Amino acid sequence: MSYITPLSKRKGLQLFGSPNEIFLIIAIAVLSLVIGFTNSVFFSIATPFDLLRSSLIEILFALGLLIVLVSGGIDISFPIVGIFAGYTTVVIMLNLGLDTYSLWIPLVLAAIVGAILGSVNALLIAGFGLPTLIATLGTTGMFRGFLLSYIGSVYIANIPLGLDEFSTADLISIQTGSGTLARLHVLVIPVLILAIAIAFMMRRTMFGRTIFAIGGNEESARRMGMNVRWTKARIYMLVGALSGVAGILYISLQRKADPYDLAGTELEIIAAVVLGGASIMGGYGTVTGTILGVLLINLIKDNLILLGIPGSWQRAAIGLMLLIGVMSQAIADKRRAKQATVIEEDAS
Amino acid sequence: MFGTDGISKAFGGAKALSNVSFQVTPGDIHCLAGENGSGKSTLIKIMSGVETPDSGTIILGEERLKSLTPREAVAKGVQVIFQDFSLIPNLSVAENIALSTDLLEKRKFVNPARNREVAAKALDLIGVDLDLDATVQSIPVSSKQLVAIARALNQGVKLLFMDEATTALTRKEIDQLFSVVRSLKEKGVATVFVSHKLDEVQEIAESITILRNGVVTAEGPIADFDRKAISLAMTGLDVTEVRLAPEVPSDTATVLEVSNISSKGRFKNVSFSVKAGEILGITGLLGSGRNEIAEALFGMTAIESGEVSVKGTPIALKGPRSAVSAGIGYVPQDRLTQGLFLNQSIRRNVMASAIERFLGAAGFIKGAEINDTVNTWVTDLKIKTDNPDNPATSLSGGNQQRVVLAKWLAMSPSVLILNGPTVGVDIGSKREILEIIRDKALEGMAIVIVSDDIPEIVQIAHRVLVVHQGEVSAELTDTAITESSLYKELAA
Repeated sequence: MSYITPLSKRKGLQLFGSPNEIFLIIAIAVLSLVIGFTNSVFFSIATPFDLLRSSLIEILFALGLLIVLVSGGIDISFPIVGIFAGYTTVVIMLNLGLDTYSLWIPLVLAAIVGAILGSVNALLIAGFGLPTLIATLGTTGMFRGFLLSYIGSVYIANIPLGLDEFSTADLISIQTGSGTLARLHVLVIPVLILAIAIAFMMRRTMFGRTIFAIGGNEESARRMGMNVRWTKARIYMLVGALSGVAGILYISLQRKADPYDLAGTELEIIAAVVLGGASIMGGYGTVTGTILGVLLINLIKDNLILLGIPGSWQRAAIGLMLLIGVMSQAIADKRRAKQATVIEEDAS
Repeated sequence: MFGTDGISKAFGGAKALSNVSFQVTPGDIHCLAGENGSGKSTLIKIMSGVETPDSGTIILGEERLKSLTPREAVAKGVQVIFQDFSLIPNLSVAENIALSTDLLEKRKFVNPARNREVAAKALDLIGVDLDLDATVQSIPVSSKQLVAIARALNQGVKLLFMDEATTALTRKEIDQLFSVVRSLKEKGVATVFVSHKLDEVQEIAESITILRNGVVTAEGPIADFDRKAISLAMTGLDVTEVRLAPEVPSDTATVLEVSNISSKGRFKNVSFSVKAGEILGITGLLGSGRNEIAEALFGMTAIESGEVSVKGTPIALKGPRSAVSAGIGYVPQDRLTQGLFLNQSIRRNVMASAIERFLGAAGFIKGAEINDTVNTWVTDLKIKTDNPDNPATSLSGGNQQRVVLAKWLAMSPSVLILNGPTVGVDIGSKREILEIIRDKALEGMAIVIVSDDIPEIVQIAHRVLVVHQGEVSAELTDTAITESSLYKELAA
């Protein structure tokens, strides 16, 4: 027997953020056309390859942040965790004379260092129940100070061989008409695999669903029998490990280890994830949206100059994008709240 | 058999329950009634394993237990559906129902197809059809409740407590809930409605247990009780519901004039006027628009067309500030979030709306005058506190509502709008609050009471408007205002 007709036919609309993703694709397409018509250099196979290269590391950081945002928290310590783990890995390897061609050693090492730093966040947030913004703001300062005082503050130009070599590992390289070499970095494949794995984790595992549930209503999640504290602890350790991997890969692509790098990138990563549809209030967000958000931010960042806008406006533009993302969420929430008061009683 | 036998529980020195026994058998529909603070919640907490009793036994089927953990309670089939339902708003209906089983089975992976199947089966058991993929936040309150019931059923519920289950439902949705509860009965689930709003529950419950101050004051088949007997057992007071509405002087002037106000999707072409000393009741089912009309008169919902005037002067209701400056006071429905600064002192709460009248030179607050005024209100409205500097949270529901009343009366409005003035207030306080309202009318204040509490409207109002689908569908005056005539209009 059927008693109820659902109020809304918008099936899982917010859950998969599909209208938002379509909007991002349109925004990327329109922006590309505008840039291309302003400057025809843009229409080259080198452009998407370069865009991907500059986005890959950010995608790794952004996926970590996505997990945190969905759980209803925020993490601003990930850039320092990334560079701390990457730089420390390089220092350890060089001191131990591990100047090998191996790529696994630095990756695993950086992931471990990242996870250790992440567990400090986990202890503060899951253990002591501190607000996530304050906890990660505090650890950002602590980690930076510790890195510069105890591990090193000098720029290292000679990074281990494996990392150095990886920076030029191309999947595809095409000679373009204009004579430049368009290169697609091989990293695109592991990042894609990782993105799929995280999407699977978020949708199909109890861990992932618990993250969504905590972001939706922490108290209800607890009453359902979910282990809220342990899930939060795992989130911050996982994000630490992921940031560590991103940090060492960043060092590899840059072919230098500079402990002052990455500072301030949290602004554009947060902007990208929020534009990608992850709710700043928790409970919503997708991997696809996050990747599109990073691509859009990088497209803007890399091409402002082609549009005749001075490079000094870059950060202002990204800040504006963040506010647009948050504002559109707030407007959507308000509209939803308004809908709820409409009289639903039908004639009876 | 489920229930308790001689349960006692004290917090600090205060006895929350003493020697409480109640029993239900599988398939029973029972009502656990009592005012706020009577011990209902403590009893639920003991049955669901949240609190441990000091003495007595918990009866669960064949087992006699001294204590229980929350996990054991769920395993033995005890479930409580709280007013907030404890659902996850951003997850789908299917997941909200099925994830708890996944958790019980300690699964590491979730399978959407299996979850949908599990959820569909559970909904089918209670004869309900819901969109499995809709997020819980997008479905109406009544459907959320059904999701919570389906989830409980899925976890093998044998004894289901429903806390104030009918409060947020429309009449139609209540009927639907009742048919679901009847289907639970056929499956041998015992349902216990925990409520202080008895009109609806009386309809479905077969037996009743009434608590007062932690003691069972009455129990038996519900057919043996009429409303008067229930309220006597709940309050210990023989509260007679007499009409309190005083005579309106025939020659007084119109204070509030509302002509043809409309707001799209909320209400349309609403007109009425209220004279000084008159009490106008506005009633309607949940979702009828009565609440929106009340909010609109205080500038909280936009009026798109039509006119509101106070004492002959048209006013522009741009927000609560403009309403206040036109002399309109508003006692909101939800005093916890809209009516009180809960952590602030009683004194500050009382003065919040009238503060501008106590400003001296250079805008400094005149403390001594305020103290005198607050003390007068505390005495006049019989607010039970030993110190007005205690926070509002220290008061009971009835006394908090008096503080909200005092706050608005202190600014001497010419029109006072009260939205659900006695929701969640015990019967004794309710009578006194209605008397305060009547006295203010006698002093010449124009009063609008918006409420779905029919007996209350009958007691206090001179004139009643019935709102249906955003329009005034009937107007009753004086002797035509009876409970049966109003129920008839509401059902029409």
